[in-house]
Amino acid sequence: MARVVVDVMLKSEILDPQGEAVLGALPRLGVTDVNSVRIGKRVEIEFDDSVTNAEEQSQIIADQLLANPVIENFTVSVPDGNAA
Amino acid sequence: MSARIGIVTFPGSLDDRDAARAVRLGGAEPVPLWHDDAVLRSVDAVFLPGGFSYGDALRCGAIARFSEVMGLVRDAAGRGMPVLGVCNGFQVLCESHLLPGALVRNAHLRYRNRPARLRVESADTAWTSAYAPGAEVVFPAKHGEGRYVADEAVLDRLEANGQVVFRYLDNPNGAMRDIAGIANEAGNVVGLMPHPEHAVEALTGPSTDGLGVVASVLAAVHANRTYDEPHQTEGAAR
Repeated sequence: MARVVVDVMLKSEILDPQGEAVLGALPRLGVTDVNSVRIGKRVEIEFDDSVTNAEEQSQIIADQLLANPVIENFTVSVPDGNAA
Repeated sequence: MSARIGIVTFPGSLDDRDAARAVRLGGAEPVPLWHDDAVLRSVDAVFLPGGFSYGDALRCGAIARFSEVMGLVRDAAGRGMPVLGVCNGFQVLCESHLLPGALVRNAHLRYRNRPARLRVESADTAWTSAYAPGAEVVFPAKHGEGRYVADEAVLDRLEANGQVVFRYLDNPNGAMRDIAGIANEAGNVVGLMPHPEHAVEALTGPSTDGLGVVASVLAAVHANRTYDEPHQTEGAAR
């Protein structure tokens, strides 16, 4: 099974209110030495075994659908032990 | 014959019936369009209503962009057909690249549901020509993901071209430069977060200012102009 992972993150210049909310809660855990929290999405895609260009197709999927390039960056990676 | 304004219903649209009612009260004929319609049914303009199309899965408007009808709307918009997107409709227009920028979570993370005071910054669009430039209007706002963002260069270009159409007087969501609504360069495509279709009757809305949107598009539609695909002229008009 060819498995590809796409990570989608808000661009650094876009405010991440969710991350800010988590940052604001950390002192309640007694953690006070954190400067920033940013929250993104991890997408795992599993292709048919017959697929030979899974990484290439994942680039298209990520660029056209999974990420909105106006606000988000993405990275496509193939976990170790995968013949993608 | 009154102008035909198509109102698209996606799975998860909520405000399509209110939009149809507003269109009727404004003197035009509402024409229901379904998300997988392959014809535009000879409409003169299209209204993309609010709601949660496809459950807001992935990002608001991201899946609706790939619907059958949006392909036709995108094509017709390129040929000058007036298109209005309200709330989720605005998000769909941004995701479809018919309008620049994006709409993200409100800065305070809360769903905001209250009347919004807006200034009409541009009366030079298909959907705002009936307003006096600089006029103040009140439309209900109800959204969790309405904060307009774009990079500085895009914002500067929108300002310089007069494409900022509505600006909040009390920014409810942290939108950059208080932007509530924008237009494309040609002025036929407009998107805004607050809801003009909920401001058409004194009984149910905070104002009747929303009727101006319908009055504007009535003035903008061209008689005898159809945006149906050439190969679908037969039977396209039901």
